[in-house]
Amino acid sequence: MIELDEVAYSYGGGELFSSVSLSLAPGTFHFLTGPSGAGKTTLLKLCYGELKATAGQVRLFGQDTRDLARDEVAQLRRRVGVVHQDCQFLDHLPVAENIAMPLTVSGREGTPEDLEALLGWVGLRCQAGQLPPELSGGERQRAALARAVIMSPDVILADEPTGNVDWDMSQRLLTLLIELNRMGKTVLIATHDLGLIRAAKSQVEARVLRLKDRRIQAAGANL
Amino acid sequence: MEMLRRMLALLAGDPQADRAVPPTGFTARLTLMSAAAMALLAVFALAMSLATGRLADRWSEELARTSTLRISAPADQMQGQTVAAVELLRTTPGVAEARPLTAEEQRALLEPWFGPDLPVETLPIPQLIEIIEEGDGYDPAGLRARLQAEVPGAILDDHGRWREPLVQAAGRLRLLAWVSMGLIALTTAAMITLAANAALSANAQVIRVMRLVGARDVYIARAFVRRFTLRALIGATAGTVLGMLAVLALPSTDVAGGFLTGLGFQGWHWLLPLTIPPLAALVSFFATRQAALRSLGEQS
Ligand SMILES: Nc1ncnc2c1ncn2[C@@H]1O[C@H](COP(=O)(O)OP(=O)(O)O)[C@@H](O)[C@H]1O
Ligand SMILES: [Mg+2]
Repeated sequence: MIELDEVAYSYGGGELFSSVSLSLAPGTFHFLTGPSGAGKTTLLKLCYGELKATAGQVRLFGQDTRDLARDEVAQLRRRVGVVHQDCQFLDHLPVAENIAMPLTVSGREGTPEDLEALLGWVGLRCQAGQLPPELSGGERQRAALARAVIMSPDVILADEPTGNVDWDMSQRLLTLLIELNRMGKTVLIATHDLGLIRAAKSQVEARVLRLKDRRIQAAGANL
Repeated sequence: MEMLRRMLALLAGDPQADRAVPPTGFTARLTLMSAAAMALLAVFALAMSLATGRLADRWSEELARTSTLRISAPADQMQGQTVAAVELLRTTPGVAEARPLTAEEQRALLEPWFGPDLPVETLPIPQLIEIIEEGDGYDPAGLRARLQAEVPGAILDDHGRWREPLVQAAGRLRLLAWVSMGLIALTTAAMITLAANAALSANAQVIRVMRLVGARDVYIARAFVRRFTLRALIGATAGTVLGMLAVLALPSTDVAGGFLTGLGFQGWHWLLPLTIPPLAALVSFFATRQAALRSLGEQS
């Protein structure tokens, strides 16, 4: 699905990380962890083509992202669901339309029943007509997750999906992501929340990657 | 053709794409107002171009057509002098034909003043000879000199000639009107490009989100292009209607005896200003498309 080969990235200053190699096989569940500022968000951006590696190769569905034009990246992004750290919405459109936006921009028609079911799955039926700024942090995260999966993508990348929600809500979100993985989706969650990882380990076979000292390490079972 | 088809499809619309971009009041008003103002100016420029065209045509037609020779002589010499003048004209280079007007023709010329039953033959009125020119025409000074020597009663009236600079001026005015229309189109394009760029940068965040959910550049551009094209169309239609009403309200100048021409549109020319709104939409379509694709390319 997604392969990184000896990848390095720098925002212009020193290298944020270098010689990072990893491979997300179909149907796997990964956590990406590390201290704040280690470059988790940056690594995810490399994975979905928002940034291009300064060295090494990033392959998305077998295609080198460096060779892709912007429109081709847009095309590939329809197969990757991304939950952004700062969930960005079109604030002038109701939540339901925001969630359906990936369908809209790709010219596909979703049925109202599918949208309804998806809203029910993330528990946002009552908020469908509200504007994004009126939602709470947890509701925004769930709306972002619903938007990420509406195209039924093969891969789901979630950046701190439980960033600013309470423990119960983060458990609900985690459950949703585990459900998606059981449906066969590849899932990668970037988080600094070790509690979340521990909670997940009892429910799903997850590999943990730790980004530290400019390198990626596979973390042991004992966190 | 392909472009036109795409433009029509665009105007028919994808309301979803439209909704993705929030409306911005300021750029909307700017586009509407400038399209209306430019269309109004375009109507005037078009009217001026058509009127000066008519003027130039009419004047140059008269110029090319004829001059007249008038022979005033005592009744007994009239016949002789007329024959002499025609003979002289036939041998003048630049004269294609010289023909004395018949009594009926002369009566017809006088009819508006004296009524239909004027006994022309008994009146001491001059005999008129119509001269039709060929090529660059004759040399009026040379002809006058010869006439003075051979036909003392002849007076050459080449009234058409003094209009020559006026015909030139009318031609220039027409050129000026065309240049104005070109400048109006360019200014419209520039204004709409500015407004579109303002709208694009005001919506940078919206564009970012649309990119994140997988929108391609053309999709994002379309939302802007459609909106600006529609606004230009509406504004230009309003401006054109106002302009046409203003032209309609111009006082008629035809009373000046056909020398001047009405400044308004005549006949089917009234249809010409109707092409202004679609042209404005076309200009806006390309200007916005260009601006959007370029700005999206930069915002990568
Ligand atoms: N657009 C940017 N330009 C320059 N530096 C950036 C940019 N985005 C992030 N950084 C820097 O890169 C480092 C890693 O950021 P990030 O990937 O967001 O880390 P994490 O998600 O692990 O907290 C931080 O030090 C941050 O300041
Ligand atoms: Mg981050």
